[in-house]
Amino acid sequence: MMTISDIAQKLSLKVLSGQGGINREVTGGYVSDLLSDVMGHAQAGHIWITLQTHKNVMAIASLKDLAAVILVSSHQPNEDTAMQSNEEEIPVLGTDLSAFEISGKLYEILKT
Amino acid sequence: MNSFRADLHVHTVLSPCGDLKMSPAAIVETAARRGIDILGITDHNSTKHGPLVSKLAREKGIFVLCGAEVTTREEAHCLTFFENFETLAAFQQYLDRHLPDIKNDPKYFGYQVVLDEQEMIVEEEERLLISGLDQGLDQVETEVHRLGGLFIPAHIDRPRYSLTSQLGFVPQDLKADALEVSRFTTPEEMIRQFPWIESYTFIRSSDAHHPDTLGSGITIFDMENRNFGEIRKALHKQDNRSTRIEKPGI
Repeated sequence: MMTISDIAQKLSLKVLSGQGGINREVTGGYVSDLLSDVMGHAQAGHIWITLQTHKNVMAIASLKDLAAVILVSSHQPNEDTAMQSNEEEIPVLGTDLSAFEISGKLYEILKT
Repeated sequence: MNSFRADLHVHTVLSPCGDLKMSPAAIVETAARRGIDILGITDHNSTKHGPLVSKLAREKGIFVLCGAEVTTREEAHCLTFFENFETLAAFQQYLDRHLPDIKNDPKYFGYQVVLDEQEMIVEEEERLLISGLDQGLDQVETEVHRLGGLFIPAHIDRPRYSLTSQLGFVPQDLKADALEVSRFTTPEEMIRQFPWIESYTFIRSSDAHHPDTLGSGITIFDMENRNFGEIRKALHKQDNRSTRIEKPGI
């Protein structure tokens, strides 16, 4: 199974925070900017792709035991979001790509 | 202590979805007929109709709380209010700086116009006012409070444009002066879902875009008289001032 570290390397993702969690294993992915939708449908071990940067993102990632969060289109985590990511050791990763592009790439490497 | 009936969330014709019947004069007329003592004017991302409504309302003995309904970057709607026209204008500059430059198409969103006392159009807002600002919830809150204003997340229970729909739940350490609930829920129900919001004051308003619904949500303010400072005190339950939500119904 692939870890966050493997995925970050393959997709050239920047680790913006939560370095302590880069060996978490990834079981799949979920793309949504509606936090209530993620709470309802994402599964433990998923990597979550979003443009939301508010600290509630980390609360939900932690509640659902997600593997990591990818912020798309060069979005940066809020200060308290990054802090919570470090504390919970759930990495926030960054990319300049759009949600569409990074989802496609992630899907490609996860399905094989 | 006196009791004042307040509807703090009313849109004028300046809001893209505001009915053309929502002219400042018509709003004041309707509010007076429905026994409203305090009226909040909260157009989407614009404060420009507040001063005129304020002037017209004074003649009818209605106090107007001027502000805007801001769309944050997360697309959560928040009511904001300011004490005087100076801070209101300063907040308008902030809105102008942070509203993305997307042109309104009246065909889809309706006209966004500012009227004068004679109901003549004096300005048409070109930028689409329902866009989200490039500012997050916390940044908007900080700016509103820097200007001495009030910050009240709107209809927090609703499935669209609310804290719960956009952020999953009400953030734990939110610096809000109150929380607004729609007529579809009660403060008790919201506290049952999110126990940490128990200490907030809850208001209910109409979110009227049409004269028919103006006053369909009313919060009663128990305080000495009607001014910004008293309203702030009532929301913060200071000096025996307080608020209560009136049972719905027009």
